[in-house]
Amino acid sequence: MHPALSIILFTTISGLGYGLAAVLGLGMLDPTAVPTKVAHFAALALISGGLLFSTLHLGNPQRAWRAFSQWRSSWLSREGVMAIVTFVPLCMGAYAAIFESRHLVVSGLIGAACAAVTVYCTSMIYASLKSVQAWHTPWTPACYLLFSAAGGLLLGVFFAAIAGAGGALMQMLALLLLAAAWAAKFRWRREMLAMRPLSTPESATGLGHIGQVKLFERPHVNENYLTREMGFKVARKHAEKLWRLAVLLGGMMPALLLVAMPAASGWLAVALAAAAVAAHFLGVLVERWLFFAEARHAVMNYYGG
Amino acid sequence: MTSLPPAPTPKQLGLVIDLDVCVGCHACVVSCKEWNTGGYGAALSDQDPYGPNVSGAWLNRVHSYEVVPDGGEIVGESGEARIVHFPKSCLHCEDAPCVTVCPTGASYKRADDGIVLVDESMCIGCGLCAWACPYGAREMDLAAGVMKKCTLCIDRIHNETIEEVDRVPSCVRTCPANARHFGDLADPGSDVSRMVAERGGMDLMPEQGTRPVNKYLPPRARRPLAASAPGIPLAEETDGAKGFFAWLDGMLDRI
Ligand code: SF4
Ligand code: SF4
Repeated sequence: MHPALSIILFTTISGLGYGLAAVLGLGMLDPTAVPTKVAHFAALALISGGLLFSTLHLGNPQRAWRAFSQWRSSWLSREGVMAIVTFVPLCMGAYAAIFESRHLVVSGLIGAACAAVTVYCTSMIYASLKSVQAWHTPWTPACYLLFSAAGGLLLGVFFAAIAGAGGALMQMLALLLLAAAWAAKFRWRREMLAMRPLSTPESATGLGHIGQVKLFERPHVNENYLTREMGFKVARKHAEKLWRLAVLLGGMMPALLLVAMPAASGWLAVALAAAAVAAHFLGVLVERWLFFAEARHAVMNYYGG
Repeated sequence: MTSLPPAPTPKQLGLVIDLDVCVGCHACVVSCKEWNTGGYGAALSDQDPYGPNVSGAWLNRVHSYEVVPDGGEIVGESGEARIVHFPKSCLHCEDAPCVTVCPTGASYKRADDGIVLVDESMCIGCGLCAWACPYGAREMDLAAGVMKKCTLCIDRIHNETIEEVDRVPSCVRTCPANARHFGDLADPGSDVSRMVAERGGMDLMPEQGTRPVNKYLPPRARRPLAASAPGIPLAEETDGAKGFFAWLDGMLDRI
């Protein structure tokens, strides 16, 4: 599948924002601290920024409001509805923290739950597509949710470090979720690499009873919408390198920095946390790029790819 | 509404495509584009139409495949390789994944005749339906930013202002080899249903669970080349020669 920048940025940035919103909703940061107020603002900004990126790939974005109507059947519509719904408790929590230095327990919990449901809906847009076999697994939502939680916790650690408030619990949770996210992702990727294709050129053409089916001629010599959108292929050797880069940046570096954090204090701790957040963000960006680039669409059985 | 109507719909209008007959001339492809660029919805635009990278939205495309049986590359040994031309457009699936993923309600399946359509005034051009279709039957129109797909020529088949013989999809009307047939596949007595029953009409990618309405008739079994070989006299053998040829054979042997 074509790794469109707008969709990659949308899923990574909004995932990060929802993770941070959940951390804030669960009251893991001191509501009286100024960095916590900034964190509330950052969470809302990340979420809105991500959603804006998602509208960039629409052919007619002025009609985007219509996407809220089909929540009964469409995960994309559910994602849109949940994104709007989630803004309510998040904005209430942000208001209380920013202007009254309070943490609202009930709306915080609701906000955290809504954030998780929204990320789940985003992941199900992909996981629900049977035509893209690599995505069509419960490990897809597991990865999206765990990466979002890990990213949110890392941001939480960062804001706690600015406030000079230890945040040992968050550091441990962040380590745990980083490990869980990458474990789930390893599992996802192993499944994808070992996959026996559900559909083949033989089943796609119904000609398997005669023999092996090979593409003789495409319908046309140039690319078309389908081959551009779904015919993207990344060389195996490059994919391997990128995968290792993603694990290094998104998993190992932030984990090492987290382990080093208890020994540091003051601005050094802030710098370590910032580096962990940045590395994780870049690593997940690469991971998300591969999520698209490595997935094969069933239609390629017709195009010999 | 992008929830699907109760299945099966009372009518299931669709196409039956005969892979034994299609000669791969692409006439249906061109006539489809010609009719639909002036018909239902936005025109089917092309990008860089006169340049080297011409590309555009088409609702019907013909692929060609080579089918090679085991050992079939050796002529006469076990069947032989053959070329099959393969037209493909929307199959108007009964369980259409392209419809249920649509967030806006633009994509829908008609409850009475099962035709799958896009209401372009509601489409935001998110492209998710094209991802959901395993057959590659949907293409985005890059000029209008809306999704295009086969309408089964909705503006012909019920159109009383044109002659009755023309009230079939443009591709069916055009096909010079008569490889394409249109009808109601829910009616077991219709011509198309009878054809499917007689020739073993098949679904494409049944494992995707889409239950397509359109059916494909497989190429008929061919007599292998080897079966015809004994009838062809081989030039090396002259044993059976008679009369003038026997005399000529003897003379030529002597000189
Ligand atoms: S062929 Fe594709 S576009 Fe047509 S109904 Fe089936 S899934 Fe939808
Ligand atoms: S591209 Fe249009 S028809 Fe297709 S899913 Fe999006 S809104 Fe629906």
